[in-house]
Amino acid sequence: MMWLKRLFSRRRLYGELSEEIREHLEEKIEELVGRGMSRKEAANAARREFGNVTLAEEDSRNVWRWPPIEEFLADARYGLRALRHNRMFTAVSLLTIAIGIGANTAVFSVVNSVLLKPLNYPKAEELVALHQIAPGAPGLADFENGLLLSPSMYFTYTDHNRTFQSLGVWVPNTANVSGLAEPEQVRVVEMSDGVLQALNVGPEIGRWLSEADQVPRGPERVMLSYGFWQRRFGGDRGVIGRSILVDARPREIVGVMPQRFRVVDTDFDLLVPTAFDRGKLILAGFGYHGIGRLKTGVAIAQADADITRMLTIWMDSWSNGPGTNPHFYETWKITPMIRPLKREVIGNVSDVLWVVMGTIGLVMLVACANVTNLLLVRIEARQQELAVRAALGAGWGRMVRGLLVESVMLGLMGGALGAAFAYAGVRLLLAIGPTNLPRLSEISLDTRTFGFTVLLAVLSGLILGLTPALKYAGPRASLALRGGGRAASASRERHRARNILVAGQVAMTLVLLVSAGLMIRTFRALRTVDPGFTDPQHLQVMRISIPGALVAEPERVLRIQNEILEKLAATPGVKSAGLVSEMPMEGFDSDWDCIFAQDKTYPDNVMAPLYLYKYISPGFLQTAGTRLIAGREFTWSDVYGLRPVVMISENLAREIWGTPSAALGKQLREFSSMPWHEVIGVIQDVRERGVQDKAPEIVYWPPMMEYLFGRKTADTVRTETFVIRSERAGTEAFLNETRQAVWSVNSNLPLASVRTMEDVYDKSVARTSFTLVMLGIAGAMALTLGIIGIYGVISYTVSQRKREIGIRLALGAQGGDVLQMVLKQGAKLALVGVAIGIGAALGLTPLMTGLLFGVTAHDPQTFAAVAGLLMFVALLACYFPARRATLVDPMVALRHE
Amino acid sequence: MKNREQRDLFPGALEMMILRTLKRQPLHGYALAQHIKRTSKDLLQIEEGSLYPALQRLLKEDLVKAEWGISSTNRRVRIYKLTAKGAKHLEHEVSRFEKMLKGITRVLAPGES
Repeated sequence: MMWLKRLFSRRRLYGELSEEIREHLEEKIEELVGRGMSRKEAANAARREFGNVTLAEEDSRNVWRWPPIEEFLADARYGLRALRHNRMFTAVSLLTIAIGIGANTAVFSVVNSVLLKPLNYPKAEELVALHQIAPGAPGLADFENGLLLSPSMYFTYTDHNRTFQSLGVWVPNTANVSGLAEPEQVRVVEMSDGVLQALNVGPEIGRWLSEADQVPRGPERVMLSYGFWQRRFGGDRGVIGRSILVDARPREIVGVMPQRFRVVDTDFDLLVPTAFDRGKLILAGFGYHGIGRLKTGVAIAQADADITRMLTIWMDSWSNGPGTNPHFYETWKITPMIRPLKREVIGNVSDVLWVVMGTIGLVMLVACANVTNLLLVRIEARQQELAVRAALGAGWGRMVRGLLVESVMLGLMGGALGAAFAYAGVRLLLAIGPTNLPRLSEISLDTRTFGFTVLLAVLSGLILGLTPALKYAGPRASLALRGGGRAASASRERHRARNILVAGQVAMTLVLLVSAGLMIRTFRALRTVDPGFTDPQHLQVMRISIPGALVAEPERVLRIQNEILEKLAATPGVKSAGLVSEMPMEGFDSDWDCIFAQDKTYPDNVMAPLYLYKYISPGFLQTAGTRLIAGREFTWSDVYGLRPVVMISENLAREIWGTPSAALGKQLREFSSMPWHEVIGVIQDVRERGVQDKAPEIVYWPPMMEYLFGRKTADTVRTETFVIRSERAGTEAFLNETRQAVWSVNSNLPLASVRTMEDVYDKSVARTSFTLVMLGIAGAMALTLGIIGIYGVISYTVSQRKREIGIRLALGAQGGDVLQMVLKQGAKLALVGVAIGIGAALGLTPLMTGLLFGVTAHDPQTFAAVAGLLMFVALLACYFPARRATLVDPMVALRHE
Repeated sequence: MKNREQRDLFPGALEMMILRTLKRQPLHGYALAQHIKRTSKDLLQIEEGSLYPALQRLLKEDLVKAEWGISSTNRRVRIYKLTAKGAKHLEHEVSRFEKMLKGITRVLAPGES
C-alpha cells in the first residue's frame, strides 16, 4: 500500500519541496549579502548558481510520478477545461455523437443477439437442421423450406447414420386443451425421440419424453413449457403425473421444460411425442423438420455424404404401397443440404440487419464529419493558444496527444450518453421491429454490446481529433502567431479540410437517402400488388378446430361449421362469412399434392406436378373479396351432396388448358382410385406466401369430400379459418359477439389466431416496412446532419470573408452578385458530394437487392429524385448565410477589428 | 542546454557523492551543496538545483531519510541522514566505481596495450 500512501502524501511533499528550495535560496542570498553584495546582486547570483528553479522542482516531483499517466491526466484536465469553456460547442457535439453512438449500439445489440451470439443450447455449434432440397420434384422446387422429412426417413436416418450423436424430427401444430377452466387452443410441438437429446437442455422438473412414450397406442404423455406451467398450474411442482385433456384425450404430464427453452425458434405450450406407427409407414409424408447434433469434429459435408448414402437405404427399405416403384424418387434428385441450426433460425433476416447496421454506421460517419467540422472551426479560434504553447516549448507530439485526449473524452462522454439512448433505442426497435424477427426474446444489452460502445466511442473520438490535431498542432503551429492578425483573409487551404468533409457528408447522405428511396418504391410496389383479397382491415379471421374426440362424424363437423357461419353472418354489422383451410399469408403449413387432368397424358416415370390444396366453403370468395374469373363457386348442396366438383386458380387453368374458360367442365383427380372431379370455377391468383412471392397454382376442394387425405369415406377438414367481413372487424365488442356466436353453437370450441387480415398482411410485409422505417430514420438523421454541416461551413466562410465582401460591395458589387457568389460556392460543394454519392450508391445499393421488389437497385428515378432533393436542400442551407452576406455594411466590415 | 554540468557526470555519480557526504554527518540541502562544492574544490561544476531531484530519488529508494529541523543559522530546514540501506548501497557503489575507474585508467594509460 506504499504507493497509496505516497499518492496521498504527495501534495504535502510538493509543498515541502518548494519550501526547502526557497529556504535554500534565502540562505544563499543571506550568505552573499553577508560577504558584502547588494541584495539584488545576491539574489541574481543565487539564482544563477542554483540553475532553473522550476525545472529542479519539476524533476524532483517527477521522481515520484509515473509520467505517462500523469501527463495523460494533465491532458485530460486541460481538455475538460477546454470543453467546459465552450458549452454550446460541447453540447452540440455531445448530442450528435451520443445520438450516433446510441443508434449504433441499439442496432448492434440486435445484430449481436440475433446474428452473432450462439444459440441458447449447450455446444450449439454442433446443432444442424437436416435441410434437403428436391430440384427434380415439380412444384416443390420453389418451396422455401425445401423438402421436409418423412417419418420413414427419420427411422432410416436414426438407424443407419454414422455422423450424428442424435437426430429427430419435429413439427409445430396446435391442439385444444380442455378440462382446465376455459377451453384453449395451444401451441404444440410434436417431436420424435432424438430432438430433446440433440438440443440437450434438461427439464426444469420431471423427465424428458423418452422412446417409451413414442409407442403408438401406448400411454399418452406430454411435457409442458415453463410459461404454460406457470400460467395454468401456477408453477405447482405436483403437476408431474397429473393428466390434462389434449384434443379431448387425457395425457400424463411427465416434465416441464425450463424458461426460455424453444424448439429451434418455436415457442410452444406443450411438447407431444409423435408416436409413428412404424409398421404402417410409407416413403411419403414429407412434413417434418429434421434436427440433429453432429458427432464432435464431423463436418457438414461428411454429414451430407452420410445422408446421401442413407437415401438409397431409405428407398430400399420402404415403399408407397404395392405396385409403386420406390426408386421413383431418384427423379426428384433429393439432395441433403444440412445447415447450421443458427442459419436456419436466422433465415433471411440477416440481410435486413446487416443493411440496417451498415446504414446506421454511415449515419455515425456523417455525425463524426459534423463534429470534426465543429472542432476545426473551434480549433481555428484556438490557434493563438496552440501557437503560444508551441512557443513555450510544448513538443508537437504532446500537443497532438493533448488534442486527441480532448476529442476522445468527447467521444467517451458521448458514448456514455449514447448508452442511455441505446437503452431507449432497443425498446423502440423491439416495438417497431418485425414481430417475426427470430430470437426476439434474446435481444439484450450485454458485455459485448458494451465493448462495442466503448470501442465506438474511442474510435470516433480518435477520428474526430485526428484531422484538427494533425492540421493545427503539427510542426507548423508556430506560424499562426504571425498569421492571426488582420492581414489574413482566409486562405483556400484553410478551408480544404472542411470542404472535403462537407462533400463527404453530402455523399453519404445521398447513399442513405437513395436506399431509403428504394425501400419506399418497394413498399409502394408491394401495395399495388393485388394479394387476392380486398379491404383487409374489414376482414376478421379466426381459427377453429373441431377434434375427432369432441365430434366424431364428419358430416356433423360440417354442420357445426355451417351453423357457426350462419350465427356469425347474423351478428350485427356482418356482411358475410365463409371458411377456408388457411388464408393467404397466415403461414400455416400447407397441403401440397399432385393432380391429374383427364385429357392430358402423364409419362410413367415422371411425377405429376405438386399444387397447393385449399378447402373453401360456399360464400368464402365473396367474403374475402377474391374474384371468380370464370364459372361458379361451390354451393352447400354441392358440399353436402359430396358432388365431385373442384375449382382451380387462374394460373393453374392457364398452365393446363391455356385459358380460364377452357378449364370449365374439364375433369381432375388426385390419384387413380379417386373419381374424376369437374372444374366448375376458376379463381383469381392469390399471393399465398406474401406479396413478394409469386402466386402459387392452387386447387380448391370443398370442405367435405370423399377421398379427403386419401381415405375413401367422406371426411371434413376439421381445422379451418373462419373469415368474416364487417366494418366492425377488430373491435373488442365485435370480438365478444363473435365469440358468443361460436360458443352458442358449441361451448367447447376455442378460438385461435384471432386477428384482422390487415394484421396478417402487415406481418407479411413486416420485413420490408421495418427496413423502410430504419432506413427512413437513418436517412432523416443524415439529412439533418448534412444540412447543419453545409449550413455551418457556408456561414463560417461568409463570416470569414466579411472584409472581402465589404470591399466588393464598396467597389460597386450588387447584393445579387454576392448572393450568387456564395450560393455558387455551396452548389459546388453539394455537386461534388452528389457526384461522389451517386458513384458510391451505384456500388452499394446492389447489396440490398434481396430486399427490393418491383424496383431495380439502380432505379434512375430514385437516384434523380434524391440527387435533386439534396441539391435543393443544400442550396436552401446556403441561402441564409448568403443572404446575410449581402447585408454586410462595407464600412462596418472594413472597420471591423 | 539544460544541466550540461550534471550530464558531464555519469549517472549515479551525484547520488554517490551525496551519500558519501551524508555518511560523515547529516546535512540539509544547502550545506550539502556547499560541502560538495568545497571538497571538490570547484573542479565539478554542479548546479545547486540538480541536488534536489537526486535527493528525491534517494528518498524514494529509502537510501536517505529526511527530518525537519533548525539549522545553525536558525532556519527551518530539512536535514538528510543516511539510512542503513543507504550505507550499504554506498559501499557497493563505491567499490563498483573503483573497479570501473581502474579499468578506465588502465585503458587510458599510455604505452602497453
